[in-house]
Amino acid sequence: MSIQGWTYLFVGLSFALYISIAIATRVKSTKGFYVAGQGVPAIYNGMATAADWMSAASFISMAGLLSFMGYDGSIYLMGWTGGYVLLALLLAPYLRKFGKYTVPDFVGDRYYSNAARSVAVFCAIFISFTYVAGQMRGVGVVFSRFLEVDIESGVVIGMAIVFVYATLGGMKGITWTQVAQYWVLIIAFLIPAVSISNQMTGSMIPQVGFGSEVIEGTRPGVYLLEMVDQIHRELGFPEFTGAFGMGHKSMIDMLAITLALMVGTAGLPHVIIRFYTVKNVRAARWSAFWALLFIGLLYTSAPAVAVFARANLIETVSNTRYEDAPTWFKNWEDSGLIAWVDHDQDGRIDFRPGPAFKGKPNFATNQDGHETRLTCPEGQSDCRGLWGQRKLLNAASLPRVLVRDPGASDQALGALMTPEKAAAIQAQYDSIKLETFHNELYVDKDIIVLANPEIADLPFWVVALVAAGALAAALSTAAGLLMVISSAVAHDLGKKMLKPDMTEKEELRWARMAAGGAVIIAGYLGINPPGFVAQVVAFAFGLAASSFFPIIVLGIFSKRTSKEGGIAGMLSGIVFTASYIIYFKFIAPSSNTAEHWLWGISPEGIGSVGMVLNFVVTMTVTRFTPPPPDYVQANVAAIRLPSVEKLEGADEMPAH
Amino acid sequence: MASEENPTPAQIHWKRNLQLVGGLLTVWFIVSYGCGILWVEELNAYFMGGFPLGFWFAQQGSMVVFILLIALYCVRMDALDKAARESEEQS
Repeated sequence: MSIQGWTYLFVGLSFALYISIAIATRVKSTKGFYVAGQGVPAIYNGMATAADWMSAASFISMAGLLSFMGYDGSIYLMGWTGGYVLLALLLAPYLRKFGKYTVPDFVGDRYYSNAARSVAVFCAIFISFTYVAGQMRGVGVVFSRFLEVDIESGVVIGMAIVFVYATLGGMKGITWTQVAQYWVLIIAFLIPAVSISNQMTGSMIPQVGFGSEVIEGTRPGVYLLEMVDQIHRELGFPEFTGAFGMGHKSMIDMLAITLALMVGTAGLPHVIIRFYTVKNVRAARWSAFWALLFIGLLYTSAPAVAVFARANLIETVSNTRYEDAPTWFKNWEDSGLIAWVDHDQDGRIDFRPGPAFKGKPNFATNQDGHETRLTCPEGQSDCRGLWGQRKLLNAASLPRVLVRDPGASDQALGALMTPEKAAAIQAQYDSIKLETFHNELYVDKDIIVLANPEIADLPFWVVALVAAGALAAALSTAAGLLMVISSAVAHDLGKKMLKPDMTEKEELRWARMAAGGAVIIAGYLGINPPGFVAQVVAFAFGLAASSFFPIIVLGIFSKRTSKEGGIAGMLSGIVFTASYIIYFKFIAPSSNTAEHWLWGISPEGIGSVGMVLNFVVTMTVTRFTPPPPDYVQANVAAIRLPSVEKLEGADEMPAH
Repeated sequence: MASEENPTPAQIHWKRNLQLVGGLLTVWFIVSYGCGILWVEELNAYFMGGFPLGFWFAQQGSMVVFILLIALYCVRMDALDKAARESEEQS
């Protein structure tokens, strides 16, 4: 069976499984819809949380990032796992004991104010939409790459699946599909990881193979990491294991980004909401443990996969003649994720530090302008260079295409080349000559995971499994985020603010409609991604870190914290963080460099400063404002008790 | 409200909880920000198998310690809850 046949089989089977789970777990109550009836056992909640948390980015992109950032990629490993320690020790048990359904619900009740609730609703919805657009896009990309349907149809299929199980089963349906999705994604990630570790180091455990000697290739008996460092030195790259090198990050920025990611993780509403679904406080604590254990399986394997892939990539490709390059190299070149520009015209692939050309690859096709047509024979769908490689229109490759390419016909050149045009091209060439590119190879980071099975010569069904795993990772995260949007709209906005007399049946209808509406908006964003999707991911973490985390922690650990303090803290944290990110990402992207940053902290890490600001403002304003009413203080005291049955007065909203 | 010298079981429970959380978060900080980032270059002079030690903490060790920290927290909190329940039953 072909790769595509296997992929249809695996993806079809996994989708059938998710839909049958949804039908088996239909719900009729808001408690079932929002928090799965609060009966999910800790270990299963751990699996669901792991799938909820590990997104398309964790599954597809993280190992690739690590592969290209070396040590500096540790910000993602520590940042995205360390947050669970904060979550387990500082938030999850208390939020569960407080006994509410959503994060804005806690904020609104603890800070006895609908203003605080509104700010929280806005943040929850903004963070979730930011995130979910990327997931839907991920679903579309996997479909288009493995099943040869276009991205738009892929997004629509993904939307339909999520729509069915989110509106039918609510949190209950999502929980049990996430449990299934965890197993699909972890098996899909570990099978290639284990096989490659075994091939390269003889160890079946990637975490061990990572630190072992290589058994094959040009340098057997040398430690894998030492070998990669050696090759890096030879080719002029900074050492892979060396600190603050490959990823171009300073120590202060690494500290700030790691903290922002940790605190942001702990403050992300779709993660927090999972801890409301368990039976009691003890189960909330243990599910944080299970969640991190299950996440850790993937997160500790990913850096090993990154190094295996790095070694494999350099060994098989660097200094190889293009015609001798392996098949996978040409396949991924065809799908545009690998590009080679033969700057020195020697037919060999020179892999060196730095970019191979400016920006993303822009492949030449016949439909493009005159210059391209010169080098493309009629009737050929894309343009091939001297050695058969795909040609690029990117600035650096263009002049050489015109001047040196033996494939270009002189007659065509003469026919189209007016003196003005020649002068313009010469000027362009002169301006580009200032920048010399030593590197010839462009590799999209995503192929590290997607192409790994092919690079390691694994059977077709493994490739298909990876596709199903990537879909599971994207769909499970999308569903969790949609739940946050649905409950924020129906419960916090509808029931608590706009229409308090709503019946349960009515609220459930609101929740289903909100979930359905959110799926459609998310799908629209996936098909027409706003150009700034990549930039806004920093937003999601920055906002979660600077808005939710400090006021939830203070709300639990300081009875005295007042609503004025909480609102002022949230607003100052958000405004500061958002302004900093907007300034450097959108208003003045050219000055987005270390010398212009505050204390050398990049927009990715600024959420940690916003968090500190939020803490300081909340505590200062609290000092000068009246303490919370007695019933709020009693509730805070109650969530600290070893065992508590029921909270009093939590449902009474004071009249304003 | 009990005095400082004679705290209630609930107050003892909360105080022990805070001590536990404080201790665990200290370790959390040391393995990740300390061994993983602040002292990484010094630690990279030492090796564990093929791993430079600082690199290992940043890409493996810190995560393993995080999992153990949460496990320890769960076990200790279960014990604290049990102790609090028992002292409540006695009184």
